[in-house]
Amino acid sequence: MDLNFSPEEEAFRTEVRAFLADKLPPTLAEKVRSGWHLSKADHEQWHAILNERGWLANHWPEQYGGPGWNAVQKFIFENECALAHAPRIVPFGVNMLGPVLIKYGSEAQKQRWLPRILDGSDWWCQGYSEPGAGSDLASVKTSAVRGRDAEGEHYIVNGQKTWTTLGQHANMIFCLVRTNREAKKQEGISFLLVDMNSPGVELRPIITLDGEHEVNEVFFTDVRVPAENLVGEENKGWTCAKYLLTYERTNIAGVGYSVAALERLKKAAAKLKKNGRPLAEDPAFAARLARVEIELENMKTTNLRVIAAVAGGGVPGAESSMLKIRGTEIRQEISSLMRRAMGPYAQPFVAEALEEGFDGAPVGPAEAASAAVQYFNNRKLSIFGGSNEIQRNIIAKMMLGL
Amino acid sequence: MNFQHTDDRRMLADSLNRFVAEQYGFETRDRIAKSPQGCSPELWRQFADLGVIGALFGEDDGGFAGGGFDIAVVFEALGRGLVVEPFLPTVLAGSAIAHAGNPAQKALLAEIIGGTRIAAFAHGEPDAQHEFNQVQTRAKRVGAQWQLDGVKAVVQHGEQADVFVLSARSAGAVDDEAGISLFLVPAGTPGLTLRGYPTIDGGRAAELTLAGVTLGADALLGAEGAGAATIEHSVGKGVLALCAESVGAMDVAKDATLDYLRTRKQFGVPIGSFQALQHRMADLLVEIEQARSAVINAAAAIDAERVIRERALSAAKVTIGRVGPLVAEECIQLHGGIGMTWELPLPHYAKRLVMIDHQLGDEDHHLARFIALGRAN
Repeated sequence: MDLNFSPEEEAFRTEVRAFLADKLPPTLAEKVRSGWHLSKADHEQWHAILNERGWLANHWPEQYGGPGWNAVQKFIFENECALAHAPRIVPFGVNMLGPVLIKYGSEAQKQRWLPRILDGSDWWCQGYSEPGAGSDLASVKTSAVRGRDAEGEHYIVNGQKTWTTLGQHANMIFCLVRTNREAKKQEGISFLLVDMNSPGVELRPIITLDGEHEVNEVFFTDVRVPAENLVGEENKGWTCAKYLLTYERTNIAGVGYSVAALERLKKAAAKLKKNGRPLAEDPAFAARLARVEIELENMKTTNLRVIAAVAGGGVPGAESSMLKIRGTEIRQEISSLMRRAMGPYAQPFVAEALEEGFDGAPVGPAEAASAAVQYFNNRKLSIFGGSNEIQRNIIAKMMLGL
Repeated sequence: MNFQHTDDRRMLADSLNRFVAEQYGFETRDRIAKSPQGCSPELWRQFADLGVIGALFGEDDGGFAGGGFDIAVVFEALGRGLVVEPFLPTVLAGSAIAHAGNPAQKALLAEIIGGTRIAAFAHGEPDAQHEFNQVQTRAKRVGAQWQLDGVKAVVQHGEQADVFVLSARSAGAVDDEAGISLFLVPAGTPGLTLRGYPTIDGGRAAELTLAGVTLGADALLGAEGAGAATIEHSVGKGVLALCAESVGAMDVAKDATLDYLRTRKQFGVPIGSFQALQHRMADLLVEIEQARSAVINAAAAIDAERVIRERALSAAKVTIGRVGPLVAEECIQLHGGIGMTWELPLPHYAKRLVMIDHQLGDEDHHLARFIALGRAN
């Protein structure tokens, strides 16, 4: 029993830290730390920096351009990036589609798409959820009908996807589409790659409760997709879908994000005053702060236990559902405390203060501009990636045998 | 990073788990817990022969292990069996003797480890709640001797003890850290009276009254007035032990409840098929795994520098203090009426899980302590 990293793991952490100190642009880190909006160019810049070092696709096998890290190394990397306030890697191409193509794609598909993910030629988004298919993902209705014309085999796609994160930046979308209406619902689904610039694709923004444009609706009207864009076998797309959903969950608890956010919260609580004393000394506030700090310390170890169990290879199973539930609860509680710490100054909603180039004076404490926005935005954490209730269903079935 | 126990520790845990499973069934335990002694001298001797007591102490003190994870694996196994023998008093009193004792006093440790003498830890007082510096029992010098007067509260296994590690104030105000002295007080010393009683989670404890108890100078354990550091040391080991015991008991309570959910039918189906109950069990699983991590953190920190060590211990006790009663309450509720009966083992686990929060500082006490230690840092 040893909670310390091995000398090799420590050396790796040092290497990651040195890289971040050297290569992470301070302006980007400051934006992330302050909760400001990141532009498409910001994301692309960070991806390019990581790709140059060979660390962008850190879950891919070496033969496809991955660094060949084990689960512990991936965890250390993700954790250090969060602590350094690096932008998160936009996961759709690198962490979601990439592994699916590597496992189920044809040789031609791998050669065509994987390099373009790495070099940023394509920005992928995810076409999974539909208005009628959220937690019940297998009930997707968007249809793809196979046909043939002068230009060859193709699918005609009709339907609607929703909650498409950062779809406004994307030129490509991977979709779950229904190719057989007769079969049982999981068995008539296919995994299709669609060019967002195809005629008949229309993207509409969804503005979320915090005023953000982060997610979108995507409409498909008679969109022609070449048959070569089918990944895996027709009607076997659910296999790809599940693989993608269970793949790569070493960071599902978001421990690094929580550590960084807690540090920021503690600094704010030490600085802000209540009754002339630091807020951190208010007994009720201090108690809530201490409770979430204790939960986070426990979660660090729970997370490492899950990772250590799969360090020999493979991916965590239902254990990652535990990490998802408690990890997101911790992140939500920290952002809730940050909102509370602002007192009345949580109310002002100066959206432009979160944009690059804003040169106005802050209203209230510096942290106030993003506190309530981030709190409301973080409600998504317990909804996406399989809602926390779905995770409880998974635990009950897979771990408790109920 | 490695979450496997060493082979030695695994063997210790395996043999203790086997012994408890074979020799300490629920009926045996219930009989022992209700007995006039509140523990079994015969089983205590067997535990000693198995090396379980020795595993709680380092080689310098006559044991053979004594690390944080040794204490943890032993108490997790004891928790699984709801063992009522005086392991916790042994850790508390034994650690105090090991920490502060002179060579003559440390000779006691061999007898404690051998199971031939039982030592109890008499520190709490009627008005102290969980404040460890709150000591009103007075110790004053009378010539070359000490005279002790006061009351000690809820001393676990007080009636069975051959000797007490007992705190008394030799200087300072009632809640000063300085001025607390520790003494070795043999059972039967004139002026020492006991009122024994059963505890709700099985076993027995006692109120101690000291009226003009006279002790020789050699009864002083450690330096005069410097007992607080030894108490913190002992209580730290005891907190770790209790937290590990709690996780062992939680596992059994959880497994028993899962069995019940799978077999109990209502409305023609196992009640475990109901989502409302599934989600409650899923939440319990998350809580128990977080509690297990808290114990790992505490065991790993047991030899670290003070603030890190004491914060990890308090963090674990906060976690256990919250999760233990939660597991207890949920498991009773999920069992329904049968969970209210004495004949079922489950409610006895529930009682122990709740009572652990009443020993060595409850959730609120350790939360406040965790905060104060963080500020001092």
